[in-house]
Amino acid sequence: MPAYDLIVAGAGIVGAACALAAAEEGLRVAVVEPGPIGGGATAAGMGHLVAMDESPAEFALARYSLPWWEAWAEEAAAEFRRCGTLWVADDETGMVSLQARFARFAAADVACERLDAAALREAEPELAHDLAGGLRVPGDAVVYPPQVTRLMLDRVNARGGALLHRRKVVALENGGARLDDGTRLAGPVLVACGCDTPALLPELAIRPRRGHLVVTDRYPDWLHHQVVETGYAASAHGDADESVACNVQPRPGGQLLVGSSREYGRTGNAVSMSLLARMLRRCFRFLPGLARCKALRAWTGFRPATSDGLPCIGAVPSRRNVWVAAGHEGLGVTTAPGTARLFVDLLLGRAPRLDPAPYAPLRGMT
Amino acid sequence: MAERCDVLVIGAGPAGLAAAAAAAGQGVDVMLLDAQPRAGGQVWRHDIAHRAPRRARHALRRVAAVKRHFGIRVVDADASARMLRVEDALHAREFGWDRLILATGARELCLPFPGGTLPGVTGAGGLQALVKQGWPVSGKRVVVAGSGPLLLAAAASLRAHRARVLAIVEQAARHDVHAFARALWRWPDKLAQAVQLRARLLGVPIHYGAVVRAARGDGTLCGVEIDSAGVSVELACDHLAAGFGLVPDAGFGRLLGCELTAATQPAIRVDALQRTSVESVFAAGECCGIGGMDKARIEGAIAGHAAVGDESVARALFAARDRARRFADAVAHTFTLDPRTRTLADGETTVCRCEDVTLDALRAFHDARAAKLATRCGMGACQGRICGAALAELFGWSWHGHPRQPLFPARLASLADESLARRSCP
Repeated sequence: MPAYDLIVAGAGIVGAACALAAAEEGLRVAVVEPGPIGGGATAAGMGHLVAMDESPAEFALARYSLPWWEAWAEEAAAEFRRCGTLWVADDETGMVSLQARFARFAAADVACERLDAAALREAEPELAHDLAGGLRVPGDAVVYPPQVTRLMLDRVNARGGALLHRRKVVALENGGARLDDGTRLAGPVLVACGCDTPALLPELAIRPRRGHLVVTDRYPDWLHHQVVETGYAASAHGDADESVACNVQPRPGGQLLVGSSREYGRTGNAVSMSLLARMLRRCFRFLPGLARCKALRAWTGFRPATSDGLPCIGAVPSRRNVWVAAGHEGLGVTTAPGTARLFVDLLLGRAPRLDPAPYAPLRGMT
Repeated sequence: MAERCDVLVIGAGPAGLAAAAAAAGQGVDVMLLDAQPRAGGQVWRHDIAHRAPRRARHALRRVAAVKRHFGIRVVDADASARMLRVEDALHAREFGWDRLILATGARELCLPFPGGTLPGVTGAGGLQALVKQGWPVSGKRVVVAGSGPLLLAAAASLRAHRARVLAIVEQAARHDVHAFARALWRWPDKLAQAVQLRARLLGVPIHYGAVVRAARGDGTLCGVEIDSAGVSVELACDHLAAGFGLVPDAGFGRLLGCELTAATQPAIRVDALQRTSVESVFAAGECCGIGGMDKARIEGAIAGHAAVGDESVARALFAARDRARRFADAVAHTFTLDPRTRTLADGETTVCRCEDVTLDALRAFHDARAAKLATRCGMGACQGRICGAALAELFGWSWHGHPRQPLFPARLASLADESLARRSCP
């Protein structure tokens, strides 16, 4: 039976980052992926690298992760671009939330700057003229996640790791993994299968949360920052069955990615025209000119969500040599590098630089 | 507020016009939609300098009283709500149907070859459409290349607009084309057409078993290298019109959930009465299999009659359709693409021109989705309409796993309109 120091189930960005961190520690790694590389939530999302701060543990993991992304800035294929995030508010409630965010960023030394209505228009002329204000976070960036995932796996490969592509981990058994072709691999297993994680670990309450995105034709220089309404976090973390928030990203090639929506309890990938319409109208509130832009395609994807909005990272209790890194919902790209370091420290029995307790796999989630 | 009708026909080419005429004869409420500003489709596209062919004029007269909306693009449709949304230059609007006939036609197959993205290189049907709309080609040197009867039609149009057609480069072998020509007596009207077409092309050399190996030019096209039965020929020219035949435009059928054929270039699957797998949705013409104008007109008429419950009239046309389909089979057999046409591109050749993806960048992948994720191939403005068909030929990749929305690029405002949504999601 082939033996590895680590078997990673899932070649999304989280699995790939964990495999790379382990390989860099000198571990012999195998990555098992039945579908395309980075073809799940990794491909469905926007690739926004964002200091997200809705809960202290989320903010801590994001801040721990973001510095590692600097290493990808020079890698052309990663399509890294530091566009920054522009949080915008359209009313007084939004301004209160912006002020609170500013205070949290300032306390954590995250560079940011408050913009009044006039400065906002100067920063983004396409923004509606009646917005209340904004907060610019210049350090935030975007990447193209499926490609970064491939690059990470190339590096794993360069360090002697194995990619078992078009194979699937179908069972965890006796301190190893069984694949769909009957092959058995020995060694610790990390389950990083995003929405599919409960198939291997039913004890984990990870639920798919559907989202819609639209990509437009090219409008170079139409928008400069990723523009996110400050209510986005409330939409992301609220437990409503259905919510929308303005989140619009200028891609390096000039296309615009337009989001976002969140739905629980949807299984198919069919676009919901009613929710899409609601989402777009919310975006027009902030960027009225978007209504005239041409949509090339609308699609849906699934985020692996937990009830408290935090990922599950660490050893799975009551299982021998089984680990998990999954449930990052919409923040898996941003937090993949931090997740990987945290996981590897735990795997190697070292004291992690980040308190792992908030991400404990079977913490008291409701 | 949606405009409702009994029979809604999508596409005003030969199939759609025949369908609308057949259905309208029965006193039902028929409506005709088309993306172009005028009726005629591609084959009868309005020519600014020349009168429409007799058959086209006849077909147009028969639908003179049919309600129509032209210059619209379909955004989305819902088969269960029997509604579709379109947009025109200014607005989004909706149409409801009781029965729907898809006559969405075909697209040109553009296979990649070195220099194929130089300005001056177009599709064969593409350049034909341009000159009919007034693109000036008078005195220009044009090479027409690729495969199929469309090359002759395109060359004739170019000549009628005073282009100098230097050569027609046909990939099919001479003996196959000649055998086909000798069998044309079985379709006398086709024989007459062919003779007429050749007369209009008198003096234009036709290279058989020949391909354009490369288009050359520094910034713009200045010539082509032709491999004519193993002999290399260089020709200086201003335009290269290259098309390797047609592929069914089945996208609307896919959006509605219609079953498609399993062919390399999928078509909408229909039964003898031109019914698709979706209730009350019919399809006719090139979108259910490439076969030319006659097949399209007869299928359109069958669909139109069947849609209004006139099955016996529809059945009376079956024999004519069989005959037209036999001709289509003979054409398809004669102009089957030689494997050589799939190997024209070199590693540096651009395959996806929206996203600048070369053939070499695609070779490492097993399927379209993996290639798309890694290279963005097919993720640009054409959404794989061009490169997807080419990659289906080159690698056998199946391009579209599920329906694409919007069907054509649409203003976000048209997607944000909620009335269709309200109907489909009660």
